Amino acid sequence: MSEDLRLIAFCCQYCAYAAADLAGALRLQYPPDVRIVLLPCSGRLDLLTALLALEEGADGVMVVGCMPGDCHFLEGNLNARRRVEALQKLLQAIGLEAERVRMFNLSSAMAAEFAEAVRTMREQIAKLGPNPLRKVPQESEP
Amino acid sequence: MIVAEQKTLEEIKALVGNARKVLVVGCGTCVTVCFAGGAREAAIVAAELRMASKLEGNPKEVSDVTVQRQCEWEYLDQIAEQVGQVDVVLSLGCGVGVQAIAEHFPNTWVVPGLNTKFMGLPLEQGVWAERCAACGDCILGLTGGICPIARCSKSLLNGPCGGSVDGHCEVNAEIPCAWQLIYDRLKSLGKLEVLMDIQPPKNWQKARDGGPRKIVREDLRLGSGE
Amino acid sequence: MSTNGYLSGSNLERVLKNGYFAVTAELGPPQSADAEVIRRKAALLKGYCDAVNITDNQTAIVRMSSIGAAILLLKEGLEPVIQMTCRDRNRLAMQSDLLGAYANGIRNVLCLSGDHQSFGNHPTAKNVYDLDSIQMVQMVVNMRDARVFQCGEPIKGQEPRFFVGAVESPFAHPREFRPYRLAKKIKAGANFIQTQIIYDIEAFEQFMEKVRELGIHQQAYILAGVSPLKSPGMAKYMVENVPGILIPPALIERMEAAGAPWAGKGKDALTPEEKKARAAAWQAEGIRICIETIQRLRQIEGVAGVHIMAIEWEEAVRPIVEGAGLYPRPELAPTPAPQAEGAQP
Repeated sequence: MSEDLRLIAFCCQYCAYAAADLAGALRLQYPPDVRIVLLPCSGRLDLLTALLALEEGADGVMVVGCMPGDCHFLEGNLNARRRVEALQKLLQAIGLEAERVRMFNLSSAMAAEFAEAVRTMREQIAKLGPNPLRKVPQESEP
Repeated sequence: MIVAEQKTLEEIKALVGNARKVLVVGCGTCVTVCFAGGAREAAIVAAELRMASKLEGNPKEVSDVTVQRQCEWEYLDQIAEQVGQVDVVLSLGCGVGVQAIAEHFPNTWVVPGLNTKFMGLPLEQGVWAERCAACGDCILGLTGGICPIARCSKSLLNGPCGGSVDGHCEVNAEIPCAWQLIYDRLKSLGKLEVLMDIQPPKNWQKARDGGPRKIVREDLRLGSGE
Repeated sequence: MSTNGYLSGSNLERVLKNGYFAVTAELGPPQSADAEVIRRKAALLKGYCDAVNITDNQTAIVRMSSIGAAILLLKEGLEPVIQMTCRDRNRLAMQSDLLGAYANGIRNVLCLSGDHQSFGNHPTAKNVYDLDSIQMVQMVVNMRDARVFQCGEPIKGQEPRFFVGAVESPFAHPREFRPYRLAKKIKAGANFIQTQIIYDIEAFEQFMEKVRELGIHQQAYILAGVSPLKSPGMAKYMVENVPGILIPPALIERMEAAGAPWAGKGKDALTPEEKKARAAAWQAEGIRICIETIQRLRQIEGVAGVHIMAIEWEEAVRPIVEGAGLYPRPELAPTPAPQAEGAQP
């Protein structure tokens, strides 16, 4: 885990965000290079924000919502999945790997599973390597 | 409203070509509500172009701006300065918006980012369907408010044809048979006798077939004229 | 008008007007410029029908033009019914083609909307549908009876005098509207009607009952469409894929029974000889069913004839017509060609 990777996790407050909190309370270890963004529901995932995260150099984006059937807003997690799939297609069109974005489903009690999800995502991204947009030299102009 | 759909990124990239400075112009009216070319879509397309061009080793400078309506001169005046600074404008307006930009900025190369599809409505979130063909001579009063010009695959005025099965069109099962809809509606309204009249050939001169159309309203024009 | 009481004087019109039970057949032109195909098919039909329909880019696949094939047919001594769809021609093209067809001796036209181009081999084409089939009937009738073009201008000189046909699909939807739509076509001036293929006689009897109630069977000649089944598979395919086709399960069972001696064996278990024998058994049963269908249709009041659609199987027409007791066909003395009103001395 020596490589410097930047992961963004968009987490629903009813499940993944609470699970991450619990993981912290339980002192569970998970890769430190993930930055958590709180969402009121995974259905609030904004495709543009996720895309801009990748443009700005994030290596991977995970979206974590409630278990299917358990969404506090009924179907927000299902809508999020559709958007993740759309983002994956969009990344491919741009020339990035679809695997840089992935959807996970958890409950608030699943602290260990949250830690496991972050590890899984990190391994997936480590295989892909850093976001190539980071390696491309910036424009010479200010 | 006018319903449009974004072109693929591949097509947009080809249209933008070698231009280095690109302005993506969204439109705040019809294409915003059909999620094809509003402010969000303009920002997404701009990011896509920046990322793709950077990955290809030839980064473009892409910015985006959205006007209330691309089809009115006064809104276009607001972006004149930005338009003047780029090599190409990628319009995410409908076909009218693209042409308005071309007409308003004679020295600007403008390309379309959308395919304008039809005049229609959202049946549900994410699903739109055609309703009007702008034939210029509305006959909805004869058909219970369901348009056979726009919604019958053969635009029949005395339908249905023999291809109507189980309520759908012979072209495919996704298309409801307009004449079945008309029949059902007139029946429920107790007006089936309307269908016994033979509708005469349509005057297509009032449609696009008569050449490009124009409306002049003298009561609305200003001043003494020319 | 010196039309000898006939609208067009075509053989089909004369057969029907003289009270004979009419027989029309169908000929699909080739997807090539090969006149020999028309001649070969014509030879199979000659003497066994009163007129032959020539399809117009059937199923939206480009074929030799109906009018071009009809001229070849006339040379072979058969009478054509040209089919004309609204899909490929606007009102200008329709009228000029009709003038040309009439000048070449063609006397029958069948007006139909036509299969949508998305079915055919040019699905990216733009369609026309300037007129619909009912408006086309009106136009052709007005060219003949009022001697005017669709725009209202008079036809100066010989007007085209066609025996005008239309189609109706009795079992397409909405079914309860179909007799009324037929009434509209007859009101528009259709002289004869050819129906979609009928297998379900009971359902057709119900349709005809409504037609008689409307009295329209007395205003136009209704020819019921028939087609011999080639195999049980074809029957099932038609039920599932062709709009407006009803085939009673009993008929499909009969077709299956005809192939029973070869049943239970896989496709590859049959020798080519066995496959041939099975096909022959199916075809014989298909022709038998067709003959029985015609005999039952003949009993229905208001049915003035049959239209036999033996698609790419023109050989079947002869045994069907003979088997149904409709051979030989009436030979009526040709009437002098009808003349234009203005051509009177």
